[in-house]
Formats: sequence, C-alpha cells, structure tokens
Amino acid sequence: MTSFRRSLASALLFVFIVLGFASSAHALPAFARKYGLRCSACHEAWPMLNYFGQKFKDNGYQLMNDRDAPIWQNPSYWPVVFRITPNWHRESTNKVLVDTPAGPNSGEVQVTSHGFDLSGLDFHTGGTLDKNISFYVLPSSDPTASFHFEQVFARLDNIFGSPWLNVKLGKFELDNLVSEKRILTLTSISGIYQTYHFIPQGDGNIFGQIGDNQLGVEWMGHSVNDRTRVSAALLSSSDGNVNLSYGNSYSGFFAASQAFDVGKLGVDRIGAYAMVGEAPTTYITQNGGSIIPGAAIGNKSYSREGFVGLFYFGKLDFLAVTQHGSDSAWFGAGYGDLPGGTIVNNNIPGTTLPVGARAPTWNGYMLETHYVYSPQLIFIQRSEWERMSQQADPTSASNFGDVDMYTIGYRYYPIMTSRAGFAWHNEYSWTRQRGTAPDGGDLSSSSLLLGFDFDF
Amino acid sequence: MRATLLKCSLVVSVTVGVFFALSGSASAQITRYQEDQRLGTESHIGNVTGHAKAAAMDYRRYCVGCHGDDGDGMGANEPWLDPKPRNFTLGQFKCRSTPTGTLPTDEDLFDTIARGLDRSNMPPWNTFTRQQRADLVAYVKHFSPKFQTEKPGTPIQIPPEPEVTADRIKTGQVLFQKLECWKCHGVEGKANGPSADTLQDDQNRPIKPYDFTDGTRPKCGSSDQDIYKIFMTGLDGTPMPSFADNVKPDEAWDLVFYLRTLQPMHSKERQIAKQLGLKPIDPNAPVPEATPAATPAPAPQQ
Repeated sequence: MTSFRRSLASALLFVFIVLGFASSAHALPAFARKYGLRCSACHEAWPMLNYFGQKFKDNGYQLMNDRDAPIWQNPSYWPVVFRITPNWHRESTNKVLVDTPAGPNSGEVQVTSHGFDLSGLDFHTGGTLDKNISFYVLPSSDPTASFHFEQVFARLDNIFGSPWLNVKLGKFELDNLVSEKRILTLTSISGIYQTYHFIPQGDGNIFGQIGDNQLGVEWMGHSVNDRTRVSAALLSSSDGNVNLSYGNSYSGFFAASQAFDVGKLGVDRIGAYAMVGEAPTTYITQNGGSIIPGAAIGNKSYSREGFVGLFYFGKLDFLAVTQHGSDSAWFGAGYGDLPGGTIVNNNIPGTTLPVGARAPTWNGYMLETHYVYSPQLIFIQRSEWERMSQQADPTSASNFGDVDMYTIGYRYYPIMTSRAGFAWHNEYSWTRQRGTAPDGGDLSSSSLLLGFDFDF
Repeated sequence: MRATLLKCSLVVSVTVGVFFALSGSASAQITRYQEDQRLGTESHIGNVTGHAKAAAMDYRRYCVGCHGDDGDGMGANEPWLDPKPRNFTLGQFKCRSTPTGTLPTDEDLFDTIARGLDRSNMPPWNTFTRQQRADLVAYVKHFSPKFQTEKPGTPIQIPPEPEVTADRIKTGQVLFQKLECWKCHGVEGKANGPSADTLQDDQNRPIKPYDFTDGTRPKCGSSDQDIYKIFMTGLDGTPMPSFADNVKPDEAWDLVFYLRTLQPMHSKERQIAKQLGLKPIDPNAPVPEATPAATPAPAPQQ
C-alpha cells in the first residue's frame, strides 16, 4: 500500500471514529420541529415512512390534534428542510465502446470511475396553511445546482370532516404504497426502483413511470386509523414535465391497500395499484420541423398494474412489489418520447408499424428487506427482476432487455433528534441487462457509495 | 492494490459503524438488577399481556424524545414543550378511571396512548397494534417503583347515562356555580375565571384550565363518560380536583349535560339550553335553592 493510500485509509478511519463519537444534539427537520417528535416517530429510517408517518401524511401532515394549525407556530418558524449527500462513489460498467485505447471505431472495455462527489440538493417545505389545508413545495437540483420543481401541491384535507375526502392538486408523489420518493438506497443503480421505471429496449413510452412525481389531481380516502387506504388520480401524460410539453392526454393512477394487525409481528399491509392511460405518438410541427408544444396527437395506450405488500416480522421487514406492464405496439416501436426535445419517431399520417410489431409486455418483481437493529441502524437489501414476456420485435431474443438488480447496504444514524437528520450511508449495487452491451452481450454495472446523508 | 483499499474501506466503515451503533448508553439511575426486575413488568389488557421488555425499541423510536431515556419527562424536546412531558417515574397520571391519588389501570394508560392528549404534544398513537400498546403500557409502568408496590385504584362506577332533560341541565348549571367551576373555567366556560391566571401544577409550572368554548377535545376523552370521569376522578398533578366526594353519581350526569351546553359543537344539550334561554351564571348571585345536595367544592389541588 502506498503512503498516499495509507493516509487515505487513516483519514477515513478518523472520520468514522469522529462520527461514531458524535453526541446526540438535543435540538428539532420541519415537521419534527413543529411537533417535537423525533424522525424515528414517522420514519422507519428516514426518508422511508412507517405506519405512523404514513398516517400523518394521509391526514395532510397533521397529527389530528390542536397543534396542526400553523397558528400554533412561532411566527418565525419556516418549515424548510434541505437535504444533500456528499459522498465518495465508484462506478463500473463491464462493456463500454470506446475509441481508445484500442483505437478508433473499436474497443469494448470495462470502465471504472471513482471519486468524491455530491448528490443533488432538495429543499423541502411543507405543512399546513390552515387546519385541513396542507401544502408541499420541493425545488430540487441536480449536482450542478440546476433546479426544477420536483413537487408542488396544495391539498384539501378531511373535507366535510371526513378522512375519506382529501383532494390534492399539483405535482405530487403518486400514492404508491412503496414509494420511490422514500427510497433508502442511493447509488446510481439503486437510487430508483427499476420496477417503477422499466421500459423495454427501444420503447418510446416514458409516461408510465410511476416512480416519478406526476402532474394532476388526486382524490384520496382512508379510514381514521389509516388501516384502509384508497386513491385515484387524474394525471397529465407528461411524466411530470411542466409547460404542457407533450399532448393533451391523460392517465389515471389508482391504489388501494388494507393493513392487518398481526399481533406481536406488527401491522402488515397488502395492496394493489394500476396506472392506465394514453400518451401521444404524433407531434405537430411548424417552421420546418419545430414542435408545437402540447399539441401532440395520436394517443396510444399503456398500462402498469401490480400488487404491493409490507410484511413485518419483528425487526425484520419485507417490501414486495409486482408489476405487469403493457405498451401499445407504437410505443414498442419507439414512438412517443422526445429525447432532448427532438422527435426521433413521428407517427404522422401514412406511418406504418414495422412488419410483425407487437405490443410489448413484461413483468417486474421487487423484494426489499430491512433489518432494523435499532431506530439508528438499518441494514438493507433489495433485489429486482424485470422480465420481458413479449418483445415488440418478434425477432428479438425473449430475454432481450431483462434486468436484474441487487443492492445491499446499511444506514447508521448517529444522531436521532427532532431537529436534524444525519446518516452514514454505505451501499453496494450491481445490475445486469440482457443483450444490451455493444457486442450484443449482457451489460453489467456496479456502484459503491459511501456518504453522509443529512438534512436540516 | 485498488481492490485492497476498497476492501479495507468497506471493512473499516462497516466495523466502526456497527460498533458505535451497538454501543448504547445505559441509565445510571437504578441498578442493573433493579432495571431487570422492572423490565419484567407486565400489563393486562383484556386477553393481551404486555411485556415491558418487548416495548424498549418502540419506546426508543416514538417516546424517548419527549419522555426521556429514564421516563422522567426530560427528553431532548422537553425545553420546548408546553405542557411538559409526563414524568413516568412519579406514577402520577391525569387520565384515569380510578379515584384521585391512586394508580391508573392498565386500560387507562392503554387508552391514553391511542387517544393522545389534546393541547399537548402527545399525538394519538392509534397506529400501534394492541400488543404494541400493551407492551408500551408495561414499559411506562416499569419506570415507577409505585407500580411495583401499589395496586391500581378501583375504577369508579359510572351509572347509566340518563336522558337529557331541561331540568337536568338547569341542575347541572347550579352545580357548576356551587362547585365553583367558574372560578377557573369562567362563567361561560372560556377558561377566564378569576383564578385562571394563577393556576399551577404540582411542579409549580403555570397551567391553563380547559376552554369549553374553543371546540377542542377535553384532554382525557370527549365522550360523556370521559367528561364524567374527569371531574369525578380529578386530573392528578393539576389543580383540577376530584368531585367524587361532593357530587352524587347520578347528579354528576347533570353537570356533564350542562358542560355540553358550553361547547360549540351541535348537541341536544345546546339545543335545549337555547330553548330554555339559558344565561351564564351570575357568580355573585346566591346559589338557587332546591338544588341537589352538593357540598362545597374542595380547594383546588396544587
């Protein structure tokens, strides 16, 4: 080991030791500050919600006591939280077509990169405007500080005093029982749920990605104790992109779940969801090919549906998600999306599908396991499998584009207060996609991340 | 070499992270033996038996921020909370079905956890399973030596709720005057009685009487039976005394009915009071004759 590496290892060890000795700060992110509760009250491990946190969210960020109205707050209280994750990460892909060192036009090599880095930055602000009127605003940036609105909505809660009548308008997290926005894994591979974003190779449908926040209106209802939950949302088929960038088409998202008291094991929950809708494949242009925003037509259909389960066995819990996906043959042939704002395939009159083109279908499975040693230490594993059941192109191999993803890691929260959150995050992820390497073989990638995930 | 460095980093970070996470801080207040003994505390809710030991994780996750590691109400949030979190070590609880000065039943604590306490930072924890709640009851009890040496009081008997009548409401109003409820709660129930600003709890901390007119739920439950229990058992540790010795059980219902007329929610009692043209009491006027045989109110408990 060189002296530089020895120094680096020593420095890392020092940092870990300092972290380990950090004493609890007796001090309150936004909701925790408002109510004086620890993060662990609402989060199994932040940002993943536990049952109490889910109920709090379903009630419109209210505990349903007299402390909910903002009048209770000190006038200087501003419910803002930022979150960012400085980290060291290593990314490796087994087959990348490069010009060098093999020379121009050839060379398939493994590329590995690593170094210190930053995640994007989130500014969360949310709460109640008044009793039973809640809101959320989340400007979010990429690591270069280019901002967009990740989430913005207002919600009328408990209309007519009924927990079954809640209406939300804006851009919001879909009512997924297992929400990608509450994900505990952070690497470039595991930072999303593959199952929520999978589309077949060459497919042009970006609109059914239920892991993304979407623009629309949602009705949600739940029982007083939140054991029973149902929701229905009408969404613009734009994958959450603003400015009516696609066509005048809509999708619906529906979810329902029921929790069961299983005694000493805790509260388990099972549910089902479906996203069905239409999205454009024909873009109207002017002035030599410029797209007229929001005027696309030629809507084609797609659907995603599946089951969800949350099962608790003491300190061990399992999240299970299944999904069956189906796209119109037009999407399967690559019509739909505008990568980089340009048309790749336009379904103008006279366009025909390739001979034998079929509607692609697939099935996805996800199993995530947590071992919650204590509220301050959680071990995580997740396995995902995406399997094509029908290729759009009948000549494609039956497993072309199939994805396997595995991740394992832990999060340690040295402080557990009601003012700030801080986690030491270690994680390793690996994924493989069948037949998508430049040589037609399997493409595999791995990612290792060590970082400080914090919010205040 | 790169692989070695990678492995070293992983091993070191995992080892250090796990080591520090596993090392907890032990309480120095009582001996380990006593702690072990107390962790054997049980609760009994119907056919569910709660075990203190089983609730340690839930207590740490949900409760410790306010009630503290030692259950003494000195959690990290304590300085910012009003009212202050309950000090479990004293074995004194506001919401009980048992007479003043006695320990609550397991069911009382069980219900309080699920109901929460309005006008405090204690939310309704009704997401727990019955088993989790029973375990937490046992855990709360384990903090106080009282639960090791004393038995809970015998729950007061609540007679069946009679029909609401105009006479009963009028009688309840007389009781309101005679028992001097108005001194703290005000003649209209607005928590603005002459003593309201002087009230302290038994830790000498300022405390406010309940405002019947603001539409919030009474701290220990909002059913008629809950209100009955509140003034017949008192809220121990606060100036709100028990009137069990001053009011006959059946007459207590009259007071419940009158108190309902002070609340803004639509109720049969308010409707009757409106028909009667019921006016707030005049504290300076003599208490009307032909009233129930209520005896003078006890001095507020400090």
